[in-house]
Amino acid sequence: MSYKILDVQNLTAGYGKLPIIENMHAKVDDGQIVVIVGPNGAGKSTLLKSVFGLNSRMSGDIVFESQSIFDAKTSELVPMGISAVPQSHNVFPTLTVEENLDVGTFAAPPKDKTATKAKILQLFPDLKDKLRQQAGELSGGQRQMVAVGRALMSDPRLILLDEPTAGLSPAYLEVIFDLLLQVRDSGVSILMVEQNAKQALRIADYAYVLVNGKNAYEGTGAELLENDEVRKSFLGGGAPK
Amino acid sequence: MMDFINFYLVPGITLGAIYALGAVGVSMIFGILRFAHFAHGDLMTVGAYFALSAVWLLGIPALAAIPIAVALTCLVALFADRAFYKPLRQLPTIYTVIASFGVALIFRSVVQLFWGTESQVYSVGFQKPIVLFDSLRIATRHIQIILATAGITLVLHWFLHHTQMGKTMRAVSDDPALASVAGLDPEKTIRWTWIIGAGLAAIAGVFVGLDTDVHTMMGWNLLLPMFAAALLGGIGKPLGAIAGGLIIGIAEEICTYPFFGESLISPSYKSAIAFVIMLLILIFRPRGLFKGRLL
Repeated sequence: MSYKILDVQNLTAGYGKLPIIENMHAKVDDGQIVVIVGPNGAGKSTLLKSVFGLNSRMSGDIVFESQSIFDAKTSELVPMGISAVPQSHNVFPTLTVEENLDVGTFAAPPKDKTATKAKILQLFPDLKDKLRQQAGELSGGQRQMVAVGRALMSDPRLILLDEPTAGLSPAYLEVIFDLLLQVRDSGVSILMVEQNAKQALRIADYAYVLVNGKNAYEGTGAELLENDEVRKSFLGGGAPK
Repeated sequence: MMDFINFYLVPGITLGAIYALGAVGVSMIFGILRFAHFAHGDLMTVGAYFALSAVWLLGIPALAAIPIAVALTCLVALFADRAFYKPLRQLPTIYTVIASFGVALIFRSVVQLFWGTESQVYSVGFQKPIVLFDSLRIATRHIQIILATAGITLVLHWFLHHTQMGKTMRAVSDDPALASVAGLDPEKTIRWTWIIGAGLAAIAGVFVGLDTDVHTMMGWNLLLPMFAAALLGGIGKPLGAIAGGLIIGIAEEICTYPFFGESLISPSYKSAIAFVIMLLILIFRPRGLFKGRLL
């Protein structure tokens, strides 16, 4: 039986006193990948930042596992079971890969750190022989793996990903999406903002299209890919591939 | 050759060790709190005077007074942070930089008020140097300062690379925004930065007193080479600051050695060396030797 991991209800949030998203809603169920797509400036990243306490939430509510986190600070959310991976600058460049992973355990130590690390290295085998290398020396795709690995080290139930494929080569795009499916299958729910909308919708269990800070469309990934209006306006037109 | 080692190289390493210990704090505070702490030299002075009081009151040698000086200086630094810097944390850093000038004046004035403006020494009398291989003559205090700094460097390296707080400090120095996303506690990290920075400043202050004398301007006078050392090593790189301190200390001393029958520069200009090195680093290698943060 699935239950709601995250329930964003009528959320208005933004920067300072300026609202960017208004009366937004979004839900993430257990073991789901939920994708937020939409044009630039639609408020996609603002939604993620609001959930993670990184900007000002003005009204509405954010419920994580039946508990309101509307007033919770970022430092309180990590121990509760939410991790986040920013779009850029998402690794500590002068720390080694292993140290980056370790940092993920400091705010919320997992039950068995060795087992968690082994599980993450199984997910991202590319990192196994780079543990002692500085994260800043890695390629974009490998950095993304370190960033997601760091977020997974605290054994979260939900991770928030802000454009995990930004700046990656098309070859790496598929690799990262494939890894995200594996992360989901390992029992971690994902709320993700993504510019590569078509590919993201293919792996999405559910998705929301945001326009001008408001919900415009929603449905399963497949439904949105089939929706003519969504295709024309946000997916570059053409038939779904 | 022996003259070079006895009178230039060893005193240079000693001076460099003192710069290094002060520069670690400057570099860490810049890396983690993001401001140039101009009161760091005077924090050193405060430490030296705490040790002086312990020497006077308890009759212990200056080296034995170091733990007392370190503990009291850490408390002073934590108080200064709470009272003067924390309220300014959300404002542009220039406010905190200017505040640190004010804190420097407060520290110096309080020291002058309680201990007077006269120069003091920890102990009087002549210490015979240790003679090695018949011609290598090293003052005991120089051996103590160099060995203690080497030990501190090893402990600091271990702390930064093998403890949770050490890794947290490096992570915050690398990227404070990401550290906050990772749920790291910034205030706890800041407290540890002050404890390490102030502790090492106090030790450096006692070493200056051991090497020369204790006076109220001692820390302020060392501020320029300490900043130069922090820049040379790379801002936010404590071990780089130690290397930077040693290089500047040695460079200042050996520049006065008569390599070609005459000193390269007059000893009265040797403090300009730090300034020249700082300028060259800022122009040609702004991230320093250990690739620290850009200013």
